[in-house]
Amino acid sequence: MGQITLSGVTKRFGDVEVIPPLDLQIGDGEFVVFVGPSGCGKSTLLRLIAGLEDTSAGHISIDGRDATGLPPAKRGLAMVFQSYALYPHMTVRKNIAFPLRMAGMDKAEQDRRVEAAAKVLNLSSYLDRRPGQLSGGQRQRVAIGRAIVREPAAFLFDEPLSNLDAALRVGMRMEISELHEKLRTTMIYVTHDQVEAMTMADKIVVLNAGRIEQVGSPLELYRAPRNTFVAGFIGSPKMNLVTGPEAARFDAHTIGIRPEHIGVHPTMGDWRGVVGVSEHLGSDTFFHVHDTGLAPMMTVRAGGEVGLTHGDTVFLTPDATKIHRFDQNGIRL
Amino acid sequence: MSTQASRSAARLMLSPAVLLLLVWMIVPLALTLWFSVQRYNLLTPDRSGFVWFANYAAFVTSPAFWLAILNTLLLVGGVLLITVTGGILIALLIDQPLWGQGVVRILVISPFFIMPPVAALIWKNMFFNPSNGLFAEALRGIGLAPFDFLGQAPLASIIVIVAWQWLPFATLILLTALQSLDSERLEAAEMDGANPWNRFRFIMLPHLARAITVVVLIQTIFLLGILVEILVTTNGGPGSESTTLTFLVYKEAILDSDVGTAAAGGVVAVILANIVAIFLMRAIGKNLDA
Repeated sequence: MGQITLSGVTKRFGDVEVIPPLDLQIGDGEFVVFVGPSGCGKSTLLRLIAGLEDTSAGHISIDGRDATGLPPAKRGLAMVFQSYALYPHMTVRKNIAFPLRMAGMDKAEQDRRVEAAAKVLNLSSYLDRRPGQLSGGQRQRVAIGRAIVREPAAFLFDEPLSNLDAALRVGMRMEISELHEKLRTTMIYVTHDQVEAMTMADKIVVLNAGRIEQVGSPLELYRAPRNTFVAGFIGSPKMNLVTGPEAARFDAHTIGIRPEHIGVHPTMGDWRGVVGVSEHLGSDTFFHVHDTGLAPMMTVRAGGEVGLTHGDTVFLTPDATKIHRFDQNGIRL
Repeated sequence: MSTQASRSAARLMLSPAVLLLLVWMIVPLALTLWFSVQRYNLLTPDRSGFVWFANYAAFVTSPAFWLAILNTLLLVGGVLLITVTGGILIALLIDQPLWGQGVVRILVISPFFIMPPVAALIWKNMFFNPSNGLFAEALRGIGLAPFDFLGQAPLASIIVIVAWQWLPFATLILLTALQSLDSERLEAAEMDGANPWNRFRFIMLPHLARAITVVVLIQTIFLLGILVEILVTTNGGPGSESTTLTFLVYKEAILDSDVGTAAAGGVVAVILANIVAIFLMRAIGKNLDA
């Protein structure tokens, strides 16, 4: 239960084609993350799957059944919104029970399911409060509770963590991952945050201007980005992209090398540069290195504490086995 | 800004305004109370003096009194019912994206800008008139006898006129409330399997509760004092069929020149307004709490 297939799905708003024809397979029980910069169409794609937007062309099938024309409620999907979209005048209990009530389920069964969901999400002691009396994280859990009571074929998450503070976000990330382990239901998760994508996904779909740039597991995308867009988007800090003679030396139009695959030495190495801003995180130090003649700025990672400060000369040595090569169209060689 | 000195300065500077408002309120109230226990008729100025509660007795036992109270409540209730339900429906309608939305909205709001006597006269002469009104013409057009609205159903006709005037106000408030509803909440309800009626019933209506309360309270304040629409259309008649409490006070004071009884009527009207206010706040006041 929970197989979703998009074939030739297209979305146009007037003359603007937001999503050109797109094909995608989502397997049962997968945790799929749609990631991309803002405006890349990832939320629109999710809303097309949910049925909140009509497709301009193409077909969506859920569990082998054509769902293209079905209204949202009939698709058997549940969605968690960025703003949580809780019903403020209802208690937590009524919020969670709302989809069951709409389905005309009997009261005893409703109560049983709400209690069960509340237990899973640690909400049992808040059932009689209203959303306004809860913290951001608790509201988020109520929204998830409202989704899980329906026992849907798949969950859709639309940037659910972007309204939470950083510490809470890390916690909720874990909770959602654990929920996925527990329920084994298909989840589709939209985010612009590549860290969320990398940490949670079984499969990442990188979107850019409505097109799928690459689909793969987090490590596949990290190890073998198909093009320069994916190369620059996945990984933090971003991959350094170098063009010109240095790239030609590797027989490519562009080469990419991640900050963590560059060695730093004060006196010897392949590329000479000057240290700019350095970010000390304790475990790692990131240097912005200028004047290398390769790119306006190179980011490198050095482990732990390194005695280099602003204005010092450094030498960088790339790990030759970790260099990514791209042709003039930005496609991986 | 809250040192001892600044606070006393603030109090000092506020006091003229407060005093002025206090005097403005207390003096008319005191005079009304005073007149209400005096024999004070402009037609017989020589007979004056203190009469205890004779004016109240006269006002309350006058044949039109209970009918006037009933009419007042019917007028307020009827107009509220029409404007709130109509306002919700129109607000839902003009909230939809449609061609010429700006023009439609201005047209919907426009009755509010027409002054009450003009509106009432337009309705009386151009719509309700049994010989050359639009409605009479329409009825004749489908082969029915014209209906004398203001003669046969005076109170209902006045309710229609006043509701027409206040519908834009209700629509405007309810429309803004509707527009403040988060669209994700409606989409969530849609995902949860709520059909359009249930989305309205469980999501929109509770969201509108506060706005509806505001509409009901503000309109009640103004509707209790409706006079002009009655004056220019039916003059309280036929008989006392469209006489409200306000109109009865007007009649005592201006037509009968009986200031004493009118003042007593005014006090009774204030008491009735307070009873209505207490009742309303009990019933819907909790919607105003955040």
